[in-house]
Amino acid sequence: MKIIIVGCGKTGKAVLSSMAQEGHDIVAVDPSPEVIDEVTNRWDVMGVCGSGADCDVLTEAQAGEADMIVCATRSDEVNMLACFFAGRMGTKHTVCRVRDLEYTEHSLGFLKRELGLSMTINPERMAAQELFNILKTPSAAKIETFARDNLELVEIPLREGSELAGRKLSELTAIYKTKVLVCAVRRGQEVVIPDGSFVLQSGDRIAITAVPAEIGRFLRKVGVVQKRAHDVMIVGGGQMAYYLAKRLLASGSSVKIIEKNENGAKDLCDALPAAVVIHGDGARRETLMEEGLEKQDALVAMGGIDEENILVSILAAGLGVPKVITKINRSYMADVADRLGLESVVTPQNIVSDALVQYARALQNSMGSNVETLYKVMDGKAEALEFNVRENPRVTGVPLKEMKLKSNILLAAIIRDRRTIIPGGDDVILPGDKVVVISAGNRLQDLADIVG
Amino acid sequence: MNKRMVLHIIGQIVALEAALLALPLIISLIYGDGDAVCFLVTVAVALAAGGALIFFSRPKSRRIYAREGFVTVAGAWILLSAIGALPFVISGQIPSYIDAFFETVSGFTTTGASILRDVGALTHGIAFWRSFTHWSGGMGVLVLVMAIAPGADGNFIHVMRAEVPGPSVGKLVPRVRETAKILYLIYIAMTALEILLLLAGGMPLFDSVVHAFGTAGTGGFGIRPDSIAGYNAYLQWVITAFMMLFGVNFNLYYFLLTKRAGTALKSRELWVYFGIFFVSAGVITASIFPTYGSLGEAARAASFQTASIMSTTGFTTADYSLWSGTAKSILLLLMFIGACAGSTAGGIKVSRVILLFKNIRAELRKMLHPRSVTTVRFEGKSVSERMLDGVKVYLAVYILIFLIGFFILSLDRFDFETNFSAVASCFNNIGPAFGAAGPAHNYADFSVLSKLTLSACMLLGRLEIYPLLLALTPATWTRK
Repeated sequence: MKIIIVGCGKTGKAVLSSMAQEGHDIVAVDPSPEVIDEVTNRWDVMGVCGSGADCDVLTEAQAGEADMIVCATRSDEVNMLACFFAGRMGTKHTVCRVRDLEYTEHSLGFLKRELGLSMTINPERMAAQELFNILKTPSAAKIETFARDNLELVEIPLREGSELAGRKLSELTAIYKTKVLVCAVRRGQEVVIPDGSFVLQSGDRIAITAVPAEIGRFLRKVGVVQKRAHDVMIVGGGQMAYYLAKRLLASGSSVKIIEKNENGAKDLCDALPAAVVIHGDGARRETLMEEGLEKQDALVAMGGIDEENILVSILAAGLGVPKVITKINRSYMADVADRLGLESVVTPQNIVSDALVQYARALQNSMGSNVETLYKVMDGKAEALEFNVRENPRVTGVPLKEMKLKSNILLAAIIRDRRTIIPGGDDVILPGDKVVVISAGNRLQDLADIVG
Repeated sequence: MNKRMVLHIIGQIVALEAALLALPLIISLIYGDGDAVCFLVTVAVALAAGGALIFFSRPKSRRIYAREGFVTVAGAWILLSAIGALPFVISGQIPSYIDAFFETVSGFTTTGASILRDVGALTHGIAFWRSFTHWSGGMGVLVLVMAIAPGADGNFIHVMRAEVPGPSVGKLVPRVRETAKILYLIYIAMTALEILLLLAGGMPLFDSVVHAFGTAGTGGFGIRPDSIAGYNAYLQWVITAFMMLFGVNFNLYYFLLTKRAGTALKSRELWVYFGIFFVSAGVITASIFPTYGSLGEAARAASFQTASIMSTTGFTTADYSLWSGTAKSILLLLMFIGACAGSTAGGIKVSRVILLFKNIRAELRKMLHPRSVTTVRFEGKSVSERMLDGVKVYLAVYILIFLIGFFILSLDRFDFETNFSAVASCFNNIGPAFGAAGPAHNYADFSVLSKLTLSACMLLGRLEIYPLLLALTPATWTRK
């Protein structure tokens, strides 16, 4: 597909990078020549220097023939204008980043309709949703849901002395009497899709899938605490913190936000009367101790500076805060945080790029069994995809044991009429099912791609 | 530096040369001149060298940066010429290896300077190979590798930037590989069109192909001692037109193909390029009219020579060494200007010249109004300081290298005019110069040192100095 990306900041670059990996033809638009230089040097894309709201620039980027435009400049208005122009010029799908709080759900719906936007994205809100999910199940480093919560995928790190270390995967069901499936294991930098004879070690990071109730039971049995985080401390009071706090407060948690900027703190206090807002430097140990960091159930470090977030997280983890989540902007810093032993790292722009990759793949495959949801798991080294199944003699109606799956692909679940089936050899996929597939190193676009 | 990857790419290029050599091999088998063996041996050598490089380099990472791009291009061009010289030596038609190397460098860099005393004596295979080096060197051998080699990804923009002439290299389409393919398709189509037009004018097939190669690459190797002079007026006009066309930025042809003629015609460089051509050809016509007597003939000779020099091709229809001082000095100036960026031609390039003049104007205005804010605009866009600095530094390095080359040549026994014009001609990839290196003469009598210097000048000129210069800079090779 031909994709135009307007605005090559953090989000733009993350989208560009994953779209380039997907093999799309990309034109990058940015007003800064330096940014264009950097982008064209790093990826095989064409660069156009100029503003996305300039019709000549869009013509040069060949908006008339493009399949999709993603606008992620700093300004919401420029994004909307660029999407509108491109749409009128003939770009088939327009994706617009809108994040200003002024654009409420209601006005956004109006804008979307009137400007003909295919999709609006709000990275802060999406990231906040992800953080909220993790805080719901604090023992998970990452949690994703499929098919309207009929299936969950949870990533858990196996710490030193974990119950699971030394266990063979084929024994798990017998020992714990729960139906969970270990669908991916990361050992060091390698990610594998394990078979029954695989033996877990401490230090591994595993991804398990099951229906949500089973996951809770399993985590309790293997001795990982499973209590919803009640007292949450948020360091850094940006927009994402606002969205997160709002959701947490609505679900009955107590929230304490530490914000450096006085005006920012006041604004938050106005917007969230139920939250405790502290004006202070969250990167200082004393401030955190004073506000009772040790007694919190969870800490979310989401300030603007990655390094500070990492340091605060390490401090909190050292004090024994049960759940520590670190927000990281630069992807290489996420790697650093991982090496430092931080378990839950969230990178907002990757959440956006995953969503767009899923969107693009679904567009490319509107005829077959298209991708309903896509999550990158294990630091992007594997993918979990949900497909809507349509008739295809290669996959539907064939017992699984007769199907020859490609290597490093696992069929994690079949969801039929809101019932989740952990598939065995005799099960078949039927049209109308939803199927969740875990894949490492394969780019799946259609469900039929899983058979070799 | 990722040396393994550099060697790997160079290996691919040498292997490609083996494939290129298959063409003259076929030609020599068709004509049966008995020079097939020399091509067979060279193909074997190229395959062995390329295969060994590909096999033993085993790059751990495919990631390359600007420095690898420069070093790859420099290394590849030298190795290509070294291997490409073998057929001349093995067949015995150019016994000295230095001479053969000079001839091959001259071919790949699309210079067209020759050390052959009698071009007509060459066998068909060798003559074909000589002109074919022009064609493959014109658009760039590495660009060809990018168009066809598997695994050419975004990193290769560094290689392309180092090989394609001009102050800045843009892509036509999002992918490097597609861009390279489009460029080669336009190139092939235009070459084919020229062959057809030459055939229509009664030129024999072999001659048409060889001359089309020479024009397309803006090279200038002919197969007759008098170059193009012996062909009829129609053929000379066809070649004149195509010399100019191959000096145009190829991106403009792509715009024409994609029905964006408006964008193509807005190109300032294009207008200036043709403007310089018509003015120069007009003045030369007036200046040589007395010696020719007929306006038609004077105009034909003047246009042909102006196009030939300006597009840095180097075909000749007349011995312009005998022309008036005015005509000669215009031709000498044109040697330096060259044609458009992004074409197959050499020289400083019209776009750089325009930028320099605009820069001078901005600087003068700044002197008159010290507080004024000035920007330089070109092709409808404001030009960054960095690019202007690049152009200025390029000119400075260009002059420096020119002077060094000129000094080394003056150690030889020729006169001032010959030395000066020979360096200008080789550095700008034209071919024939003035004086003892003029159209009626050749480069055979220069000393070995001079020949090597001129070879270096040709490579520096074709690759626009930096790749070779950087490959010779120690800082490129240190780990820091």
